[in-house]
Amino acid sequence: MSRAEIFNRIRTGLHIGADDQQRREAVQQRLQARAANLIPQRAQLPHDACIKLFIQMAEESAAELIELQHRSELAAAVEHWLSENGLTQLVMASDENLQDLQWSGNGALVREERVAEAGDEASLTNAFCGIAETGTLMLYSGPDSPTTLNFLPDNHLVALSASSIVGPYEEAWQKLRSTVGTELPRTVNMITGPSRSADIEQKLQMGAHGPRRLAIFLIREE
Amino acid sequence: MANPRPRVGLFVTCLADMFRPEVAFASVKLLELAGFEVEVPERQTCCGQPAFNSGDRKDSAAIAQQTIEAFDGFEYVVGPSGSCIGMLHHYPELFAESDPWHQRALELKSRAFEITSFLALHLDMDKLSSSFSGKVTYHDSCSGLRELGIKKQPRVLLSKLPGVQICEMEEAETCCGFGGTFCVKYPEISNRMVGNKSDNIRATGADTLLAGDLGCLLNMVGKLKREGIEVQARHVVEVLADMVDTPAIGEAKGV
Amino acid sequence: MEVTSQDFKKNAHIALHDAKLQRALGNLKAGFPGKRAAAIARLPEFDALRDQARDLKNHILAHLDLYLEEFENNVTAQGGTVHWCRTAEDARKTILEICRQQDAKTVTKGKSMVTEEIALNEYLEANGVTPVETDLGEYILQLRNDHPSHIVAPAIHLTLEDVAEAFHEHHQRPKSDDPAVLMQEAREMLRKQFVAADVGITGANFLIAETGSTIICTNEGNGDLTQTLPKTHIVVSSIEKVVPTLEDMTLFLRLLARSATGQEFTVYNTLSTGPRRTTDQDGPENFHVVLVDNGRSDMVGTELQEMLRCIRCSACMNHCPVYGAVGGQTYGWVYPGPMGSVLTPQMIGIENAGLLPNASTFCGKCEEVCPVRIPLPKLMRHWRDKEWEKHLTPGAARSGIGIWAFFAKRPALYRWLAQSSNLFLRLVGGKRGRVRKLPLAGGWTDYRDMPAPSGKTFMQQWQERK
Repeated sequence: MSRAEIFNRIRTGLHIGADDQQRREAVQQRLQARAANLIPQRAQLPHDACIKLFIQMAEESAAELIELQHRSELAAAVEHWLSENGLTQLVMASDENLQDLQWSGNGALVREERVAEAGDEASLTNAFCGIAETGTLMLYSGPDSPTTLNFLPDNHLVALSASSIVGPYEEAWQKLRSTVGTELPRTVNMITGPSRSADIEQKLQMGAHGPRRLAIFLIREE
Repeated sequence: MANPRPRVGLFVTCLADMFRPEVAFASVKLLELAGFEVEVPERQTCCGQPAFNSGDRKDSAAIAQQTIEAFDGFEYVVGPSGSCIGMLHHYPELFAESDPWHQRALELKSRAFEITSFLALHLDMDKLSSSFSGKVTYHDSCSGLRELGIKKQPRVLLSKLPGVQICEMEEAETCCGFGGTFCVKYPEISNRMVGNKSDNIRATGADTLLAGDLGCLLNMVGKLKREGIEVQARHVVEVLADMVDTPAIGEAKGV
Repeated sequence: MEVTSQDFKKNAHIALHDAKLQRALGNLKAGFPGKRAAAIARLPEFDALRDQARDLKNHILAHLDLYLEEFENNVTAQGGTVHWCRTAEDARKTILEICRQQDAKTVTKGKSMVTEEIALNEYLEANGVTPVETDLGEYILQLRNDHPSHIVAPAIHLTLEDVAEAFHEHHQRPKSDDPAVLMQEAREMLRKQFVAADVGITGANFLIAETGSTIICTNEGNGDLTQTLPKTHIVVSSIEKVVPTLEDMTLFLRLLARSATGQEFTVYNTLSTGPRRTTDQDGPENFHVVLVDNGRSDMVGTELQEMLRCIRCSACMNHCPVYGAVGGQTYGWVYPGPMGSVLTPQMIGIENAGLLPNASTFCGKCEEVCPVRIPLPKLMRHWRDKEWEKHLTPGAARSGIGIWAFFAKRPALYRWLAQSSNLFLRLVGGKRGRVRKLPLAGGWTDYRDMPAPSGKTFMQQWQERK
């Protein structure tokens, strides 16, 4: 009932007659073209400069950046970060990019591969890509990358390949479509820095409901 | 004379006519200095903005037609108010595009200018001289600023006068709270806005407030005087035309 | 919520004399506008993006039915359900019905103005479902039984002390006036709710036709927990939020955060497409999109269509000197400031909300900062035209304008009126050059002096010189 009424009112307002072919074509054309609108110059850079911009913007958003030469250094760097912060628990995605890491097994670190639960101290996930324009991470849900890992734990640790960093958001959409197709996963996250709120007297406080800290492990070479 | 001087019709504006004739005389003087023949058409009254902003489109349109006819034949229509000239620029909205008056309104719009923007285009600024001396602060009136793009023009003109030192106030572009009938329809809110404005004016330490619209000026002067703040106020053309011997707006006549 | 837009002037009087509110409003003035200006200064393309965004919105609105159809098809194809609601009541009933199907006791909610618009919380509560607001600002308001005063910073009208008191009362903890401690308290309290909720309700910043996705843009992460943890995710959105593609959404995202809070980008921009896939380890099993019309389809094709471009960034109210003086609750309904002064009369009737579009000096600042270039003063004037046509303009104002126009249309009489008024004011102004009290002009002289004319009218003097 409501549906027909709403459509009727819109079409009456737009003075749409019976023949609507031209409008339909315009819509299909736009949907299929998936054309970019204006892309700021800032984001149109050679790859090296994109990486530099990503680091700058991510740090500006209060993310922590840890640069690694190779993925083989990831486990040690994560262990180090956790122990420095007095943390002994890590939940991980079963992401293939996080398999075969060389965990030292030293210390009291308890590692589990599962979805996140309330009370989890830290999580480790793998970013699909980084977007230099604003220092933004893109992650998406899948069998091996549950979304709760990105939001429930107090600390969110993210592995990011430098090679996956793109300039503008538009490149990330292209990359996403070429990986998953035009049907999106249940959740696609763009994350820029840790959680925050300024709802009390406009004074910015970090760590509202999502992770208080976001640590990005940027891996230079694969 | 081979080339007669181009004719400007002065749009006096109600407030200049009634409260501050000096503003209209200063405008005439400056336009003549810029080489124009100035006339004051008899049939002009108000631009119609009070009706337009109250939703009374019928009376607005009638007044617009009267104004369009009054200024027929002038190469330019110039007035000392961004608000009133801005209203002239709204006239085309009052007529359907099929209505011949629409075209006439567009044509008037193309000839209608606020005075400082007009002088910035047409006056050889080296001709400006003024005995005025002092620290001034400039309020950007909303209609002039946002409808007609007037920001630099008065400042450029003032910069040609060696005696004028401009001290910009905080929030120079924030509305003073006049808003035509707004100031009597919502007096308490208007009072808060003009109170903020007078605080910002006082904080500059300027001894003179200048602006390009008498509505705003009357509002701000009224508040400054009520609060006992010793800042004088003038329309910018009074300073530009070196007509600063008369008492400032709202000041006692020095007997 | 109770509509008090008719009492705008009374509300304004109270607000102007509320020292605490005025302090809180100072926080707004000192924050958003400066941050926005700084963000824009870093993006030279900002104005060009605004032009594109305006044009794209116009294109969308001219094809609104078709993009909505496409959106619906793709939501359905991804296993979600779209519900069409013509009125606020339809929307409330639809949402309650979904909650009942899930046998829901509690629902968590992300920040959503459209659920304020349809007064969802009151309705759910009355029907045995407990809504829990999870955005920090909204949570504070819910504890205080209060309503948002701003569409982005809902609790902007409150001070730290207000929050401290509310938390002390409801959390049974020692009172703290440290914002960090207060936020930590809210985090702990709400964590249990996120996990326990049966249904999560969020709004949507945009609906993407191409993919059937909805997106929320938040800084706290509460929206993400709201829509990921419960078994059912309900998105409530108004119909004009549809955009064609991800690329088109991106155009608006570049404008939204910068215009709103002056951030380069909101912390969490999250796309939701359908329910969890069979192989997913988390996420909701049910995905519903409730599309709310509530008067919007009637705006299509009218002068008010331009208002449907609004992306709810709040820049207009952040920069409005009237909003800055009286705050959002003075406007008496859900949407305050300039955008509210255009939208509210459409939704609750111009006869109830006539004071809102009149509460503007037409200073034009709102239009200057609007990311989609909505001519807000023109649209407020449109409502004044409607009031005049319907004889809703207050009698005194109407007859005042009528008498004045009678003179203004007759130049000779107008000259006489100007001369008489001029003479009168000069007489009462005397040598002081100004008047402190004037009969029938209390609105002016209660607060300011009236400068007296400096001499005869210009027209008189000009005639004499000739």
